[in-house]
Amino acid sequence: MAESRPQVALFVTCLVDLFRPSIGFAAVKLLEEAGCRVAVPAAQTCCGQPAYNSGDRADARAIARQVIETFEGHDHVVAPSGSCAGMLRVHYPALFADDPAWKPRAEALAARTHELVSFLVDVMKLKKVAARWNASAAYHDSCSGLRELGVRTQPRALLSSVAGLSVKDLGVPEACCGFGGTFCVKYGEISDKIAADKLKDVADTGAGMLLAGDLGCLLHLAGKAKRDGMNLAVRHVAEVLAGDDRTPPIGEGR
Amino acid sequence: MSGARAKIMDSIRRGLHRGAPDEAARAECEARLARHASGPIPARGQLDSEGQVALFAKMAEGVSATVERLEGYEDVPAAVARYLKANNLPAEIRLAPAPMVAQLDWSSQPLIEVTAGASDGSHKVGLSPAFAGVAETATLMMVSGPEAPTTLNFLPDHHLILLPRSRLFGAYEEAWARLRAGYGEGEMPRTVNLVTGPSRSADIGHVPQLGAHGPRRLHILIVDDEAAPER
Amino acid sequence: MQTTAHRFTEKASAALADRELQGMLQQMRVHVPERRQAAVDALPEFETLRDRGRAIKDHVIANLDFYLERFEAKVTAAGGKVHWCADAAEARDTILGICRKAGARTVTKGKTMVGEEIAINAHLERHGMIPVETDLGEYIIQLRDEPPSHIIAPSFHVSAAQVADTFLEHHTHLDPKRPLGDIADLLSEARGILRSRFLAADVGITGANFLVAETGSTVIVTNEGNGDLTQTLPGVHIVLAGIEKVVPTLEDASTIMRILARSATGQEMSVYTTFSTGPRRPEDPDGPAEYHVVLLDNGRSAVLGTEFQDLLRCIRCGACLDHCPIYHAVGGHSYGSVYGGPIGAALTPALVGLEKSLDLPNASTLCGRCESVCPMRIPLPKMLRNWREAAFDRHLMPARARWGLKLWAFLAKRPALYRRISGAGARFLAWRGGKAGRIASLPFAGGWTRWRDLPAPEGETFQARWRRERGGA
Repeated sequence: MAESRPQVALFVTCLVDLFRPSIGFAAVKLLEEAGCRVAVPAAQTCCGQPAYNSGDRADARAIARQVIETFEGHDHVVAPSGSCAGMLRVHYPALFADDPAWKPRAEALAARTHELVSFLVDVMKLKKVAARWNASAAYHDSCSGLRELGVRTQPRALLSSVAGLSVKDLGVPEACCGFGGTFCVKYGEISDKIAADKLKDVADTGAGMLLAGDLGCLLHLAGKAKRDGMNLAVRHVAEVLAGDDRTPPIGEGR
Repeated sequence: MSGARAKIMDSIRRGLHRGAPDEAARAECEARLARHASGPIPARGQLDSEGQVALFAKMAEGVSATVERLEGYEDVPAAVARYLKANNLPAEIRLAPAPMVAQLDWSSQPLIEVTAGASDGSHKVGLSPAFAGVAETATLMMVSGPEAPTTLNFLPDHHLILLPRSRLFGAYEEAWARLRAGYGEGEMPRTVNLVTGPSRSADIGHVPQLGAHGPRRLHILIVDDEAAPER
Repeated sequence: MQTTAHRFTEKASAALADRELQGMLQQMRVHVPERRQAAVDALPEFETLRDRGRAIKDHVIANLDFYLERFEAKVTAAGGKVHWCADAAEARDTILGICRKAGARTVTKGKTMVGEEIAINAHLERHGMIPVETDLGEYIIQLRDEPPSHIIAPSFHVSAAQVADTFLEHHTHLDPKRPLGDIADLLSEARGILRSRFLAADVGITGANFLVAETGSTVIVTNEGNGDLTQTLPGVHIVLAGIEKVVPTLEDASTIMRILARSATGQEMSVYTTFSTGPRRPEDPDGPAEYHVVLLDNGRSAVLGTEFQDLLRCIRCGACLDHCPIYHAVGGHSYGSVYGGPIGAALTPALVGLEKSLDLPNASTLCGRCESVCPMRIPLPKMLRNWREAAFDRHLMPARARWGLKLWAFLAKRPALYRRISGAGARFLAWRGGKAGRIASLPFAGGWTRWRDLPAPEGETFQARWRRERGGA
């Protein structure tokens, strides 16, 4: 029986690995409860976006080849991030478009790769979760998940099944939060303004919690909210779906 | 600038990695031009004649134009008189010298001073025939020519337009087909104005205002003409 | 093309401090996308039309020489004249020559971005002519001696109160105590002044949204009617257009018309879409006696066959600006280019050189909203990434950023070493975060902590904890 369960390799992402392992464990919990066997290949580091988006195509390819090799042989590859999953799904095939040896391998990986919440809903047909969370939460659609992978309804569907939770939509749901990877460091002043606009939209909903599916956006928004003294609990959507309230919100102490 | 022409053509062909288009490419483009196939046609305009009139009126309202329906050309002078009176306008009108307009009998409105011809900017109210109307967006197709001065479409503050119901179509493409039927394949009058509502601008204070440079008001008289709709 | 794109961060900083501008940009961020979306929702065929529009443009680009030749032949047959210009200087001189031959003094202009690109106004002024912008927005910024800040709303950055001040300063023949508090007053004043200019003009210059090869027609799309008065009243009409504007047929133009206004302003259709074919006919009661089409290359053909070719599909609707978080934050002038926003960031390096505009393709989060609304489905984030690759290959990136990137890539390619370093980093940062769980300032991370706190890690990496708890499965 065990062998019929789909086998999922978790691509934990470099940010979750370093900053917030609890998101990875929440993801594992959700995947296992949905009936998957989860493996975590040890040779994973990063998907290569910093190199890719900085124009360093050679390093982006080298890292992509390493990811492709590391994640071959699993039924599915799942990442708790729309941005990293989008890199594997959309951009790896583009990186190897002219490479007959690697193109099929990149495409094969792309076809098996999913963002966590859309995987649970679209592939595992999960309709609800068992969690309870008494809060009112605003949900931010991170850009890559929304536009590259079409992640929009899935997190809302599962969040609506969390007992005690009410989910608010933001005023301009398609708007970027201003993170943009290295952008937020290179153009900090502009990034800060975009974050301020997003947090104003969050405040306008009256929600005390902010959720999203990408830790990059969340670190950026939590850091800005804390700097501005805003009373807002910032969390990854997987934490709430898994009911993990033992870890304090992002950027808050124990 | 024939030097520039050759230079640009060379640069285009270098970029396309080829020389001048070969016979096959030419034939394909020629065929495409000759076919002038339509793209996707919005379903919204594909209605019967009554439906198109209703859609046209609804879309016209959405762009701040006004529409009045008349049973025949004989009703036009009285409609013009009503419009002038309702808007406190002088009893004067400048007409396009088109047969459709010239044949109107103004004897029922002896107080209205009627002149015909192009406009030099001194006319408050103009009346022109539309070549066609398109229900999809309440767009009027105005065609220049000896009978239809372009200046009349833009200089008067109030523009009244006669649209025969038989020339109301669902989509732009049907109006182009009618134009080709009149002027020939690949031929055009000097000016074709597609007009959708009165002139407007939002360039000051980001607030839309009517009457930027062209007419402040656009009033469309849809006339139930004798001719059966040509479809 | 004139550019101050190298001063992007400085100008962006000033724009961020401009409260009045920020208020206007905030309105745009919220409301302009709503208007487009409403228009899109009202037309079920919109996405199909986008696909068709893209296919039309791609077909034209692949056969550009054929369609330009056909267009020229049809213009000539209709009694007009086509002038081919390889660069901005040739176009300026060609236009000046036509104006001189006409003995022109006043030259009215419809809105033309290509006119901005070749800076035609300054050229005409230098040679004793008076160019008058007639699009209200263009007229306002001409009075204020400013460049446009948006492709279709050139005076977007000017408030109504500033327009009133500008009119008081320049319309000195009018009563200085006249009421200018209402937008309607301002519009009415501009209408009156420009009406006299239209009637006095010797030459009218317009741009073109399309060139129709089938008929030799040039097409302008406006809401005000200024383009029509510009091209109908003077004796000479000059159309200034980029060579990429050609489409095969009237039907093709119609397909693109359907997505243009909806993408640009959220209108179903702009008020005036005008097709001009040759000069006035012998029996016509009005219209220009001469009709010239100035076809400008200025770097466009050089883009063919490159990774930037898709940019030639652009129909200058401005939707990418309207939906761009960077544009919403810093406005159009920060880009220091005739074309701002995502399309400007992608086009400007091709027009002025990457060295002079390095910030433009880099100052983007690559959020992809521009591509999602581009009626021509131009992959703008990919274009920006292409420029970043060119900058990396040509060593234009600052050395410190390049070495930082290289060091990170070195680690990312060595998983065992990476795990050791990230484990140490997680422990160190968690310790720095202390009880607060965040770090307010950190050496070598000032780019982050100057603007926001850095949330501290939990202390143990996922990989380490996973191996500890699950034994390295």
